[in-house]
Amino acid sequence: MTQSVLVQVGQCGNQVGCRFWDLVLREHANVNKKGIYDEALGNFFRNVDTRSTNGDDTNLHKGKIRSLKARAVLIDMEEGVVNELLQGPLRDVFDSKQLITDVSGSGNNWAVGNRQYGCQYRDRILDVIRKTAEHCDCLQCFFLIHSMGGGTGSGLGTFLLSLLEDEFPEVYRFVTSVYPSADDDVITSPYNSVLAMKELTEHADCVLPIENQSLIDIVNKINQMANSGKSASAIKLQSTLISGQSKVKRQEKPFDAMNNIVANLLLNLTSSARFEGSLNMDLNEITMNLVPYPRLHYLVSSLTPLYTLADVNIPTRRLKPSLQFIPWNQEGWKTSLCSVPPVGHTHSLLALANNTCVKATFTDLKDRFVKLYKKKAHIHHYLHVDGMEQSCFTEAKNSLSSLIEEYNQLDATKGLPVTNMPRLSIAT
Amino acid sequence: GLTRESVRQSAPRSGAMSMVLLQLGQCGNQIGQELLELVNTDGRNDLGRPDSYRAISLERFFRQEAGTDVPVARAVLVDMEPKVISHTLAKAMKSGQWSYGNHSHFCQKQGSGNNWANGFCIHGPRHEEAVLDLVQREVEQCERFGGFIAMMSLAGGTGSGLGTYITQCLRDMYPNSFILNQLTWPYGTGEVIVQDYNAVLTLSHLYKTSDALLIHENDTVHKICSQLMNIKQISFTDINKVIAHQLGSVLQPVCTRWSISEYGSNPLGDLLESLVTHPEYKLLSLMNIPLMSDKSLQFSTFTWPALMKNLRQMLIANAKMEAGIDWQMKLPPAGHPSVSKPFSDRKLCFNTSLANLLVLRGKEVFQADTDSFKEQALYTSWMPADSALSVWRTSTTFNKYEKSASIVSNSQCLQRSLDRIVTKAWDMFASRAYVHQYMKHGISEEDFLDCFTTVEQVIASYSSLG
Repeated sequence: MTQSVLVQVGQCGNQVGCRFWDLVLREHANVNKKGIYDEALGNFFRNVDTRSTNGDDTNLHKGKIRSLKARAVLIDMEEGVVNELLQGPLRDVFDSKQLITDVSGSGNNWAVGNRQYGCQYRDRILDVIRKTAEHCDCLQCFFLIHSMGGGTGSGLGTFLLSLLEDEFPEVYRFVTSVYPSADDDVITSPYNSVLAMKELTEHADCVLPIENQSLIDIVNKINQMANSGKSASAIKLQSTLISGQSKVKRQEKPFDAMNNIVANLLLNLTSSARFEGSLNMDLNEITMNLVPYPRLHYLVSSLTPLYTLADVNIPTRRLKPSLQFIPWNQEGWKTSLCSVPPVGHTHSLLALANNTCVKATFTDLKDRFVKLYKKKAHIHHYLHVDGMEQSCFTEAKNSLSSLIEEYNQLDATKGLPVTNMPRLSIAT
Repeated sequence: GLTRESVRQSAPRSGAMSMVLLQLGQCGNQIGQELLELVNTDGRNDLGRPDSYRAISLERFFRQEAGTDVPVARAVLVDMEPKVISHTLAKAMKSGQWSYGNHSHFCQKQGSGNNWANGFCIHGPRHEEAVLDLVQREVEQCERFGGFIAMMSLAGGTGSGLGTYITQCLRDMYPNSFILNQLTWPYGTGEVIVQDYNAVLTLSHLYKTSDALLIHENDTVHKICSQLMNIKQISFTDINKVIAHQLGSVLQPVCTRWSISEYGSNPLGDLLESLVTHPEYKLLSLMNIPLMSDKSLQFSTFTWPALMKNLRQMLIANAKMEAGIDWQMKLPPAGHPSVSKPFSDRKLCFNTSLANLLVLRGKEVFQADTDSFKEQALYTSWMPADSALSVWRTSTTFNKYEKSASIVSNSQCLQRSLDRIVTKAWDMFASRAYVHQYMKHGISEEDFLDCFTTVEQVIASYSSLG
């Protein structure tokens, strides 16, 4: 079996990451009644004997669970979020050596995160990641979690991507990126997002874009249903999917419910790698089957049930007529079956789609960027930073434009009659 | 073209020969285990088998190993991730009747990601030495080595990619040995999006190295399970058991000559000699009747005339199973010149054969009349029917069936499925979709084109049979 390492960067990244660790522990606790360290747990955790005398924790590969340590790297240029984590019930799951923090933050500036901190912390980050990788028997994947709109997650997070590509070329890079909503209170979020997009397009194997606006809509809908009385019974409040009963904080913070949804997405994505099933799917099979062109690796995700007891036994054949597949991939389905459901549910369904509809998000982002950039608003904050030039902005915008154009070209094939290409003719 | 003499490996007439099974990837390992289970069970003395049947079957597939009480399979298990192999080893052990060797398997930790190029270009060379070492050890334990059966699927990355590479290595290392590849074709509406690429890449490469490709299609076997065997929730275990039964019906001891007393000693050699007389034609398909649930079997009786009639029509009409056979499909009347079949007139689109091998097992088998398979109209014009048909028989019953008839056919019957695979792969290739995943590991666009060309040639060759 293989292992994965979670790299959480910035405030959003760490908050979501923290929710993820809480959920994954709950899930394993639900399944692993005997407290034995098995390969499923090994995917994201080491089993450590903290009493060892040689200074470094010894990894225990089998037997009873002694002390689980998350295969995680936590990075933030401010201390607040990580400190809170270290004071909460998850503190023992993290090794202090896995944390990299600074005090002053990135000021919502991609350039500060990417160029300044990137340069400053490169060696230290590499060191931590190398050690985490060394603890893995067969490291398959890095999961990066961050937001696009700020400075640390966006800038330093994407700096990490190219670093990982250079240093660990054979390990997959899956990125969960939270995109800012239109009324995001960070004015420069379009700049940060577009600058980050270029890095994602060039250095990530697979990106799961999550729009904050969508998360807000979902959470609002859940609250609506919970308060409406009529459909309240349809909601399984104890399920991990919407449970705000975070073990980490006593008070529900505003982003908790939203972060929970993202954490659940990651949980479901990795379930097939962690647990057995009749049709296992490794993460490298996701990239192989869902990414037909290297730059078009943005996968739209949907998860059910989120707030209803929807019947998830919909065979894929029934979904087919309502979906328009590209002519050369009429049966473009990749299926995986995992036998362990999420806590509190009997079934769940996660769908990942490589769908041209993502271009709507990108187009929107580009428009917001252009609006700001036309007036060169706030640019000087970025150009201040060593290694940052105006060309960085234009290159990033061009990268996004050509990405949108690639999706447009594929969309243009919609509605055309499906004909087979003329085959090679053989002289007989 | 090859003459029969050059194909035949020199082998003593008496003395059983042994085969080495290579189980490659998940599918190959699962089917291999079912096959071994089946032949081991079928050969057991308590079923009233003649001693010689048991002895030959055992020698063919098993050997002894110090420290193990039960027969040990002459098999090498290879996979790029550990779960399937450990299940397979455990399943064999559980039978209590046989097991795999203690040092017969090789696996890694991370699979091939459904990527043929990963299996062929990366895993193949990387693990070549270790795998061939296991193979050599197995071959050395054969007193009379009769060839390889390499089992794999076409859809994934390990069986198809690594399997193809290892087959090439076998050819280099054992230039005079027989190599039969048993291939499982995936469901049409597959579970792997790039399966058609993987299939084209595999078939084109294997065609140059393997002696013959014996093919099973998941869609066909699935229908057999549902329509003939009445299985409700069909699992891969059900599918694999049917495939194992069909393979066993050909590979278990049987008389290859018109002689009552002597079992043939060289199963692979005899099979290839009967069916593959021209290097352009290597695709073999296998049909076996009857196949039914145990319950139905209780109330059924079979006659050889009925079995022969059905099997013959299945061959002509390209019906892969004994249900829904098109009885309208007819051969042109004798003397009618062989013309190319117009697609508009379906009655003329019968399946033309190059060679057929009938394997009959059971009561009164020597009374079975197989002349209806000797009609010249069944065969392509340049192959005389007398040479084209081989019949093997034994009165020993096979696996619960009082009478069992199999036909291994080198004919046009795989043409349509092959054509479908190529069409889908070609459409995808025209858009260059997923190609970067293969280029990443060393397969270029040129390589793809070469492979398409090879497979198109195979389709054209079979088309031209008539």
